[in-house]
Amino acid sequence: MPEAPRRPTPQARGALETGTAGQGHLSDVYTCRVYTPCTVLPMSIGHTLLGLLESGPRHGYDLKRTFDEKFGQDRPLHYGQVYSTMSRLLKNGLVEVDGVESEGGPERKRYAITDAGITDVSRWLMQPEKPEPYLQSTLYTKVVLALLTDRSASDLLDSQRSEHLRMMRILTDRKRKGDLADQLICDHALFHLEADLRWLELTAARLGQLAKVVAP
Amino acid sequence: MIPEGSLLAAHDLRKTYGATPALDGASFSVHPGEVVAVMGPSGSGKSTLLHCLAGIITPDSGTITYAGRELSAMSDAERSALRRSDFGFVFQFGQLVPELTCVENVALPLRLNGVKRKAAERTAREWMERLEVEDTAGKRPGEVSGGQGQRVAVARALAASPKVIFADEPTGALDSLNGERVMELLTEAARSSNVAVVLVTHEARVAAYSDRDVTVRDGRARDLEHAV
Ligand SMILES: Nc1ncnc2c1ncn2[C@@H]1O[C@H](COP(=O)(O)OP(=O)(O)OP(=O)(O)O)[C@@H](O)[C@H]1O
Ligand SMILES: [Mg+2]
Repeated sequence: MPEAPRRPTPQARGALETGTAGQGHLSDVYTCRVYTPCTVLPMSIGHTLLGLLESGPRHGYDLKRTFDEKFGQDRPLHYGQVYSTMSRLLKNGLVEVDGVESEGGPERKRYAITDAGITDVSRWLMQPEKPEPYLQSTLYTKVVLALLTDRSASDLLDSQRSEHLRMMRILTDRKRKGDLADQLICDHALFHLEADLRWLELTAARLGQLAKVVAP
Repeated sequence: MIPEGSLLAAHDLRKTYGATPALDGASFSVHPGEVVAVMGPSGSGKSTLLHCLAGIITPDSGTITYAGRELSAMSDAERSALRRSDFGFVFQFGQLVPELTCVENVALPLRLNGVKRKAAERTAREWMERLEVEDTAGKRPGEVSGGQGQRVAVARALAASPKVIFADEPTGALDSLNGERVMELLTEAARSSNVAVVLVTHEARVAAYSDRDVTVRDGRARDLEHAV
């Protein structure tokens, strides 16, 4: 039932970096998972659409519009996604068809949430997300490899650090110009970047120790 | 040696305290209206650099040029006059005069520059309004919160229309929300008045309000963007 996580799209990253020269050196996954201001992961689109139905029955088109407005800032849903999601929810008994209109045009189904759907939304909302080790092992691997090959691990960390800061500037600027929703989304990304930066600094301070361990 | 168009530039600064080298060949520059964050580990020499740049302490060697004039060529009196007329300061805490009310504190740099009391306090109130602390005007520093006190200090730093503001951990004693608000107001006011800011901080989220950052390690300032 759970959909496979979608690969990050280049647009999603581009959208974040509006107006800046030089694209990020952060790895794709890293940037997309954490720093795209897309608040809804592909996996939870179903739950989100379900949640939107709690206030009353809606058509697919109406669901898409509301979703895009509230959560899709940089990545609107495709109609295909909406319809495939709705038919899955229908099959699982989480929604039901509340009526069909076909005035002159194609058939338009109106969906309503079922009791099972409401239970499902509640469970999803109350279940904490798995805390992800955002700073994936790539950086650690690079640092160790640099030490092993006699390259400058501290330069590597420094340039990563400045890349992180560059991203934080973009987010801060966006936050400054944005509304409250933008601010909250950017803050989330900023705090994560900050945590990564602290790791980079701590690692930089421990390079001597690390070198003794990995390349005695 | 002096970067083109810079307002304040330091080259190869050295300063030792006894056997401790606090600065060991540090270079730095800031352009008019530019906000530069100075980062680096504790004890790396950030505050020492800031104090040298502001003419508060004299380096053992190296040059500091402000608006085409070399600081070391000035007399102490000239340097303090320059500090009063062209520089503003914000520190982590303890910078407001406890006996004065907040509005008197903000008006103080203007008063020291010879502005009459009424006019000085009028300007002070305008800056306090801009920093959203006008309601603390009649209170003494001991009677306001840390966040309010920092905004009063920022208003004071800006009140005498300086060309450069030196800020050493200005948000160090504040929580995230207040710290960010102070940074937002400080950088907004500085940018709109074309005031340069030298901002010492170890917090990345604070540094993210800058235009550029410089890292100090072991007394040496490194500017990654300008490094070759
Ligand atoms: N007045 C002083 N007398 C003696 N040593 C000093 C003095 N001021 C600074 N130092 C020393 O010079 C070095 C640099 O200090 P500085 O205050 O510039 O560091 P910093 O980067 O601002 O650190 P922090 O982040 O902790 O504020 C340190 O080793 C410090 O102990
Ligand atoms: Mg210091």
